[in-house]
Amino acid sequence: MIAELGLAALWLAAALAGLQLVCGALATRVMGHGDGATTELALVTRPVAILQGGLVAFSFAMLVWVFVITDLSVKLVVANSHAMKPLVFKIAGAWGNHEGSMLLWVTVMALAGALIAAIERRLPERTMQATLAAQGFVALGFYAFLLLSSNPFERLPLPPAEGMGLNPLLQDIGMAFHPPTLYVGYVGLSVAFSFAVGALLTRQVTPDFARAMRPWLLGAWVFLTLGITAGSYWAYYELGWGGWWFWDPVENAALMPWLAATALLHSAGVLAARDALRAWTIMLGVVAFSMSMVGTFLVRSGILTSVHAFAVDPRRGSFILALLAIYIGGALLLFALRAGTVSEGQRFAIASREGALVVNNVMLSAVLAIVLLGTLYPLLTEAFDVRVSVGPPYFNPVGAVFVVPMLLVMAVGPLLRWRRDSLGRISRELALVGALILAALVLVSILGEVELLPLLGLALATGLAVASLLPLRGRALRRVPLATWGMVAAHLGIAVALFGMASDSAFTRERLVALAPGQDAQVGPWRVTLERIDPVAGPNWTALQATLRASYNDGPPTALAPQARSFWAPAQQTSETALATRWNGQLYAAMGGEAPGATGSPRWQLRLWWKPFVIWIWLGGLMVAMGGVMALVGRVLADVKRRSVTRRAASRRADRAEVLAAGANE
Amino acid sequence: MKALLPCMMLLILASPLAAQDGLPPAPYANRQLDDPALEAEAQELMETLRCLKCQSQSIADSDAPMAGDMRSQVRMRLAAGERPEAIRGWLTARYGDYVSYKPQIGSATWPLFAIPPALLALAGLVLWRRLGHGAGRRP
Amino acid sequence: MNRWRLWLPLAVFAGFLALAGAMLMRPRDDVVASAMVGQPLPDFTLRPAVTDRPGLASRDLVGRPRLLNIFASWCVPCIAEAPQLARLAARGVVIDGIAIRDRPEDVARFLARYGNPYRAIGADDVSAVQLAIGSSGVPETFVIDPAGRIAYQHIGEIRAEDVDKLLKKLEEDGT
Repeated sequence: MIAELGLAALWLAAALAGLQLVCGALATRVMGHGDGATTELALVTRPVAILQGGLVAFSFAMLVWVFVITDLSVKLVVANSHAMKPLVFKIAGAWGNHEGSMLLWVTVMALAGALIAAIERRLPERTMQATLAAQGFVALGFYAFLLLSSNPFERLPLPPAEGMGLNPLLQDIGMAFHPPTLYVGYVGLSVAFSFAVGALLTRQVTPDFARAMRPWLLGAWVFLTLGITAGSYWAYYELGWGGWWFWDPVENAALMPWLAATALLHSAGVLAARDALRAWTIMLGVVAFSMSMVGTFLVRSGILTSVHAFAVDPRRGSFILALLAIYIGGALLLFALRAGTVSEGQRFAIASREGALVVNNVMLSAVLAIVLLGTLYPLLTEAFDVRVSVGPPYFNPVGAVFVVPMLLVMAVGPLLRWRRDSLGRISRELALVGALILAALVLVSILGEVELLPLLGLALATGLAVASLLPLRGRALRRVPLATWGMVAAHLGIAVALFGMASDSAFTRERLVALAPGQDAQVGPWRVTLERIDPVAGPNWTALQATLRASYNDGPPTALAPQARSFWAPAQQTSETALATRWNGQLYAAMGGEAPGATGSPRWQLRLWWKPFVIWIWLGGLMVAMGGVMALVGRVLADVKRRSVTRRAASRRADRAEVLAAGANE
Repeated sequence: MKALLPCMMLLILASPLAAQDGLPPAPYANRQLDDPALEAEAQELMETLRCLKCQSQSIADSDAPMAGDMRSQVRMRLAAGERPEAIRGWLTARYGDYVSYKPQIGSATWPLFAIPPALLALAGLVLWRRLGHGAGRRP
Repeated sequence: MNRWRLWLPLAVFAGFLALAGAMLMRPRDDVVASAMVGQPLPDFTLRPAVTDRPGLASRDLVGRPRLLNIFASWCVPCIAEAPQLARLAARGVVIDGIAIRDRPEDVARFLARYGNPYRAIGADDVSAVQLAIGSSGVPETFVIDPAGRIAYQHIGEIRAEDVDKLLKKLEEDGT
């Protein structure tokens, strides 16, 4: 019964999405006829969007519920759950699969639509109608996808006695919350997409449009940043090899929307402040969500080989591809037809805030193009029966060609004024940052043999960290707007993350050892002793657990317990790593099997890494996200304040008019 | 539960982690070279070689037995004095460019290397047009 | 603003659609073909994998066309192809085997159970020969011509319908 309720709600929501499309489109049309022309249909659009959001949320809750009670008559539960699983992973099982994650996708999309319908009132109503119509249109396609080819509520005629369980790699608290976070980001970009389409349809590409879109975009971007950060950390400790980014197609699929959204965020800033980059901002709005959809397609269709690939099915791939063709193709067609009538707006000097932002945009877009090229290229050659692999040795240096100049400009940009400025005015700041970068370059290359890219990374991170704080210099800190604090935090976060990445690749120490209990090994500053090996058991796994005693520079010992786990539903082995975290890095321990050729007492394989400052990568990611949150809160508060001022002024005017009218009557 | 543990231990020991074959890994699959400089070279090379039995993982990041055998090959060849790029060449002569994550310029891969400079030129052109030559002018 | 530039994104996207559509239509193959087909076998000498068959060295693999079968006792598809190998052996085909990462007693048990069509079996304990001939899994079967060159690679288990194809390849190379 629960599953049927969920399915019914989903069908209803799909119907409402259709209604939202029709009402929004008709209202946009009617309202285009001239001043004051309106239609009652326009009054329907917003409530319909809100109701739709509520229905899908209900439907999603029903799916979670059947997972919680492990209803084995539902096919999806059987395929992805197991009664013996801990509750939190039962819940996570609801979205740890294709159907459930697509339901999560439409849920987020409909909730975002409901939210803009409920509270977004800054734009002309006609643009809003067009935006909501676009949102309904996009949602409709994904409802069709869910209902026609991936019904999450499908029942089995004969319920089996037990479910098949969830992929053990996904039975991890990080994995339980990483996909929903990423999805909120991915799908949140649909709002920017709908805004862009709406503005194109009504030709209202104005600073107001950028200001209205920006908070939504910031929200999606924050989630995307968090999702990528969490995903990277998850891969780092869960896969057991100490890597945190592999340039795997699935990772790239998450990175590409982030790059586009970051570019969009900055170009929207230019549009809001200076009424420039109109067509470019619209383009990025379309591209950002397109990248989300392309990424989803690449992951789901299985046409690329990935370590993270799950739920691969070519038939579904064709369905998503058709959706891509309609939405992305449609939006790009609209862009090609309409953007010519949207003038680019103001031009500007190179030494100005907007000049720096244009460089940022061009470079981010170029990096996006490189990632897209490298990700799709193996597919292209495969079409000609040649198989190639593109990996870190390509992405790292080629990406750096564009990232390094971008970081340099990023250090300077926030110091420049809008409109027109001169580098001479900030020559002291420039000299400081330049000197820091040079000093770091020299220092690091004297201290140790470091390869070019990590060396550049360390030097740029140092300069950028200081430069990102400079916009606060000489200002009364308590009067600095929250949005500016957000920018400072985000830029500093980039520097921190960059430092972590460069430091990890420059200074990591690795030791593969075979130890008998009682023996020890040295890795970097750590001395690690294997104390004993024990069997342990969890709810749905057994494991061999090594108890390690690690001490940093002969300091007090820390206990670590990496495990080699064997899950039985489904049967699979995983390596549970153990980490000892310090402010300046992490000791990473993973357990292998029994070492070969042992005579006498058995020895055990251990993989140990000392990774200086590696934790800063994710710390930086969190700071970037925090910066986004601060900017979002700052913008929303400023907007609320502005609106209440306007409202008060309006009511004062009304009061005065009333008094005047009363006076005239007397 | 406590009583069950020894049985489970037996189960685990009976099915080795790899669960594929009975033999121990190749000598240098999980053992580092004694010379740290050579080992660093080995590590760098292994991170850019593709594990053929896995989904998009390097042999440095894989538990597959064949990845272990490939690691052992790489380390032994390096120890015998072969250069990393020669070992990469030896492998691509056997498995094609697919085995290497580092694409080489060739008839099938030249666009990978032609497009970035083109992009760079394009980026320069866009910046020059937006910033340099139209500076300060109103449309 | 040039009008044609506005169409560029759509054109790129159309290219992506065409590529993705074409790739969806194709059956996905995950096999990695050996680039050694057409090349002489690399030099190797392997100890015997079982007591009742000789070991294998590359210099033995000349004189007449033969199959070189890469297998292992722990490999399930190898069981599935055993009857086909037996049929090929019954047709007079010389089959040499390389057992990958295997213990002698396991190989012996496997052969006792599923048949032993091999003239000689070498033991490749660290996949060294497997890597040298560009094989990426078990089972795989190579056709070796009389000059000791790799003439053909069959990836995966030999099914009933593959027998004739292999016989034809052997015949082509024998003449």
